[in-house]
Amino acid sequence: MSSEVLTREAIPESTIQHGAPGSRGTTASRTLRYAVLIAFVVLVLIPLYVLVVTSLKKSSDISADTAWSLPHQLSVEGWSHAWDSLAPPLFRSLILAVSVAVISSLLGSLNGFVFARWSFPFSQTVFTLFLFGMFIPYQAVMIPLQGMFLQLQHGAPFVDGIVKLIIAHCIYGIPICTLIFRNYYATAVPVEILEAAKVDGAGMLRVLRSIVLPISAPAFVVAMIWQFTSAWNDFLFALFLTTRNNGPVTYALNELAGGQNPDYSSIMAGVLIASLPTLLVYVLLGRYFIGGLMSGSVK
Amino acid sequence: MRRTKTWLPGFLLVLPSIILVGVFVYWLIFKNVFTSLQLSTNFVTDKVVNPGGYKNYTKLLGSDDYQHALLNLLVLTVVFMVGTMLMGLLWAVLLEKGVGAEGFFRSVYLFPMAVSMIAAGVVWRWLLSPAQGEGQAIGLNQLFIKLHLDGLQSSWWSGSSKFSMWAMAIPAIWQLSGYVMALFLAGFRGISDDQREAARIDGASEWKIYRHVLFPQLSPIALSALIILGHMSMKMFDLIYVIAGPNSYKAAVPTTMMWTQLFAQSDPQAAAVNASILLVIVAVVVVPYLVSQSRSDGSR
Repeated sequence: MSSEVLTREAIPESTIQHGAPGSRGTTASRTLRYAVLIAFVVLVLIPLYVLVVTSLKKSSDISADTAWSLPHQLSVEGWSHAWDSLAPPLFRSLILAVSVAVISSLLGSLNGFVFARWSFPFSQTVFTLFLFGMFIPYQAVMIPLQGMFLQLQHGAPFVDGIVKLIIAHCIYGIPICTLIFRNYYATAVPVEILEAAKVDGAGMLRVLRSIVLPISAPAFVVAMIWQFTSAWNDFLFALFLTTRNNGPVTYALNELAGGQNPDYSSIMAGVLIASLPTLLVYVLLGRYFIGGLMSGSVK
Repeated sequence: MRRTKTWLPGFLLVLPSIILVGVFVYWLIFKNVFTSLQLSTNFVTDKVVNPGGYKNYTKLLGSDDYQHALLNLLVLTVVFMVGTMLMGLLWAVLLEKGVGAEGFFRSVYLFPMAVSMIAAGVVWRWLLSPAQGEGQAIGLNQLFIKLHLDGLQSSWWSGSSKFSMWAMAIPAIWQLSGYVMALFLAGFRGISDDQREAARIDGASEWKIYRHVLFPQLSPIALSALIILGHMSMKMFDLIYVIAGPNSYKAAVPTTMMWTQLFAQSDPQAAAVNASILLVIVAVVVVPYLVSQSRSDGSR
């Protein structure tokens, strides 16, 4: 597939339309279709049911035999306990995810513009080399990366915990953000207007500021959501680069869930608390979320 | 000279990113390979742990633990990819003609994508709890008892289970099927209705329309999806780390093994060897794909 499909996908509006007119088929086949669809909804939502139900039980109420029953009496004990242990890392994750979203998308927009509309010799090759960076297993850079950060910390002690993660996510997010913006600009910025501006003597920065950036909002939303979600959900970098005292919420959640005597009501409440921000983004901005998925994957 | 002047600003704008990607991706890969080729000795006994050079690679490749991890990875990858592709395609086919409340179904099927693998892993560890029998079982095993399907109870990924990596693939399938659905759905929507109409007028059955008209046009999307899922599967770490723990032999894959090598065994050379091999495996799949993409882009 060439990038026609991609670019179409990168623009969120077009990803979701209520498709083909009127469904066909007999009433029986339609009923069957709905039955199957609803059965899958139940299956997919099973973990969510477990989370909500268990999180609202008193920890003394939890036993194997009633594991799937609704709580006898509602209790927020689990929630408050989970909140107590997750609040500080939650705050750190928020700083992490927001900074990464902003910085990455700014970088992506500059790069994407150049690769789409202001190419230089071998820019296609450079772009492909960028993209490879998106697919590498980060294990392959993790050991030297740890060493590099350690050295960096000697000179600059503030490069620790969340700061390390911000740096790592911004850099390893360059490929995907560049891709999102490049695909967007390849359709959204007409070559003719660009040429006209050049003829009028506008330089690159002028073109960028007056023509390109004003129409970039959709790509910014997609890239920011993508980076927010991946920084928030990351565990690998967190595990290798941070500690329990300065790590993000995924790190803390793993600690909370990993104890010897699991307190399931607070563990399940913890999962919900740690997932709420990304779920919220998904529910409120689902269209753009999907836009990011598409452009990020269908290269 | 004038030409240089026109492209130079663009190049300068991208230069910081080129340097960052160059250092943090390519230079660090090089350093990792360098580490993987080092000779190392035991800190206390002075005995050689890694002989250095290519022998570090033959040592790891020859070890039973690593082969076990590779086999696990293969099973995980195949089950995960087949499961996710089939589930995603099925959902897309169910939805593509437009059903009422399509948006609702789509949102539900896709929601696991928004959750971190850590969060998903914590829930699924509970769901896949291996304990069985009345008073013991929780998770899915308990649900099976409640539904009087006791025979379906399983030790899932642990103990004597022969299907441990099959069990490990379930949460991954749960997370990513919606994504494949979204890809295929976009593919279906990209095919004009005229083609179906024409086939219908020619008397083709619904199945034949899918088989001969629609599916062939989805094959580029299917290829993309396979590549994405394949490389995700090879990199999968969080889920297994949370569900089975980093030191589980039963569910070990190269990524979890690398963690053990680095921290439990303090053997960075072996960990670097492991990571380099993983990189090669991923590259073998991804590089031809990227190059062909770049060609088709360039020829436009």
